[in-house]
Amino acid sequence: MMHAKERLKNNVFEYAIALITLVVVLLIPFYTGLYQVNVFTYYLICAILGISIYFIWGIAGIFSFGQAAFMGIGGYAYAILSKHFDDPSKCLLYAAVAIAIACAVAAILGYFMFYGGINDVFVGLITMCVTISCQTFMSQTAGSQWQILGVALGGDNGLNDIPGLTIGYYRFNELSLFFLLVILVAAFYIVIKIVEHRKFGYAMLSVRENRTRSELLGYDTAKLQVIVFTIGGGIAALAGVLYCCWGYYITPASMSLKASTIPVVLAAAGGKRSLISVILFTVLYYILSNYLTSAGADTLLMLGALLIVVILVLPQGIFATIIQKLQGLIQKAEA
Amino acid sequence: MSLFGILYQFSDSFTFLILAALGLAIIFGMMGIINLAQGEFIMVGAYATTIIINQGFPYPVGILGGALAAALLGFVMDRLIISHLYQRVLDSVVATWGISLVLSEGMLQLFGPSMQSVSMPLGSVSIDGSKYSVYKLLLTLLAIGVVILIYLLFTKTEFGRKARATMQSRDISESLGVNTKAVYSETFVIGSALAGLTGALYAPTMTITPTMGNNFMVQSFVTVMCGGANPILGSVLSGGVLGLVNSTLSVTISAFFGKIGLLIITIIIIRVLPTGFTGLIEKTGARRRR
Repeated sequence: MMHAKERLKNNVFEYAIALITLVVVLLIPFYTGLYQVNVFTYYLICAILGISIYFIWGIAGIFSFGQAAFMGIGGYAYAILSKHFDDPSKCLLYAAVAIAIACAVAAILGYFMFYGGINDVFVGLITMCVTISCQTFMSQTAGSQWQILGVALGGDNGLNDIPGLTIGYYRFNELSLFFLLVILVAAFYIVIKIVEHRKFGYAMLSVRENRTRSELLGYDTAKLQVIVFTIGGGIAALAGVLYCCWGYYITPASMSLKASTIPVVLAAAGGKRSLISVILFTVLYYILSNYLTSAGADTLLMLGALLIVVILVLPQGIFATIIQKLQGLIQKAEA
Repeated sequence: MSLFGILYQFSDSFTFLILAALGLAIIFGMMGIINLAQGEFIMVGAYATTIIINQGFPYPVGILGGALAAALLGFVMDRLIISHLYQRVLDSVVATWGISLVLSEGMLQLFGPSMQSVSMPLGSVSIDGSKYSVYKLLLTLLAIGVVILIYLLFTKTEFGRKARATMQSRDISESLGVNTKAVYSETFVIGSALAGLTGALYAPTMTITPTMGNNFMVQSFVTVMCGGANPILGSVLSGGVLGLVNSTLSVTISAFFGKIGLLIITIIIIRVLPTGFTGLIEKTGARRRR
């Protein structure tokens, strides 16, 4: 296929970076301790949240602060189910149900927004309000009257002692959970890269670029946006489930204003139109912030300042601009 | 609960919604920019007021100082950042979020996690056996006064005419000699000053922390969303409707349900009226003219 070959050539640099990153990440357990591996697993969970933002914002242009809410809903649902039934062999089922619940919430919210003609900034505001409300609700559930399926919600303390991930009779340990996350992130990367060049992907792009024109060309833009928003909610919920499996706890703070805005901001700063940039920047931010926080610096302050500079100087995002420039150099050298 | 008590609850909700939203609504209505740092401008106003009053100055001076401090901050932010992003609405949203992060974290570094707040002045009155804060009653009058002032500013002055022209058609205003960039700058400063005023007015009623702006976020956003592009009529109408819902639910169930009720009613309102109350006003206005 000539088309595919052309595409490979145009993106050879990005794919090379993706491959190098994959190799470097896979090697991590061989040169650091188990503790570091476990911390890195968390960064990869954050990367999955970043992927959900890339999917809805980068491809389809839906600006949402609600991904943390869906992550929280997925996480809480998984935690409640697995604590209530207390049967580790059915972990995957609980995860599936939790993700389905989050998808349903996203679909309902999406229906009201997109069929109501709400777009752009307003989607951001509504989803932000929803996220804050979820957190406020969960924070005030400290009393014993707040139970779902007999599991006390625990207010600000959230849910603890969530059973770890088990598939069949295999219980994941720190190392295997790390590799599972690496595989998941890589799989998402590949699948999204494929979908982007299918009909569905092109339809999403057209909705992002111009809704009126897409509608005139016969696309049902509102329906498409609801579908995209629902899938994005599902990906975020998967991150929530994995977060529970990783730390064995979940708290309302996972749906705080900070939690809902940071992934969006990281995507914007790294380059919201480039999946590899979103993943890389998210992971690198957490590595750096972990390092700087232990050195006593205020990372949020720096993130804010960095963000302003990036928006003013490199509106495409740091990594996306670098990749674009280098790809341009390669093509020039070839020509 | 007495009739006055219900009225008091309503006016309290209404005042809070209007004051929280007005600055945001003006910036959004004129420039199309959603200022995510609105809450932090409110916070800066509250800090300035608290510091000034703690120095021994009277309350009115402190409140004026709070508004001026936020206006000054708004001017600096506009010159440094926002003025480069006038035509890039989504980028400006992300940038204002960056500003809000820098402001709240910077405040945390400067003044620590909280500040000694000033006491609420003016005491209370007792009507039908229940006590009501005079200051909060005064706030309602002040809010109405501010709305009227802003209305006069936008309808009776030279600046207001230019601003409304810019809002309707930027290109045509520019070709008629209006310096639209200056209009945008002035609008941003006015919006910031209003945010600072809100913070100043509510400073005696709240705990002063770097994150106190978050208390205003949800309320101001839903009010602006329901209000639509007309910053004054839209905000007043949506403040009225949302205030009614909020106060009713807060009184009958709990403050938490008041907050959730705001969100649900907002989602329903924009499902029915995508352009908010502004659209409703324009529609009925057009019908009457016909």
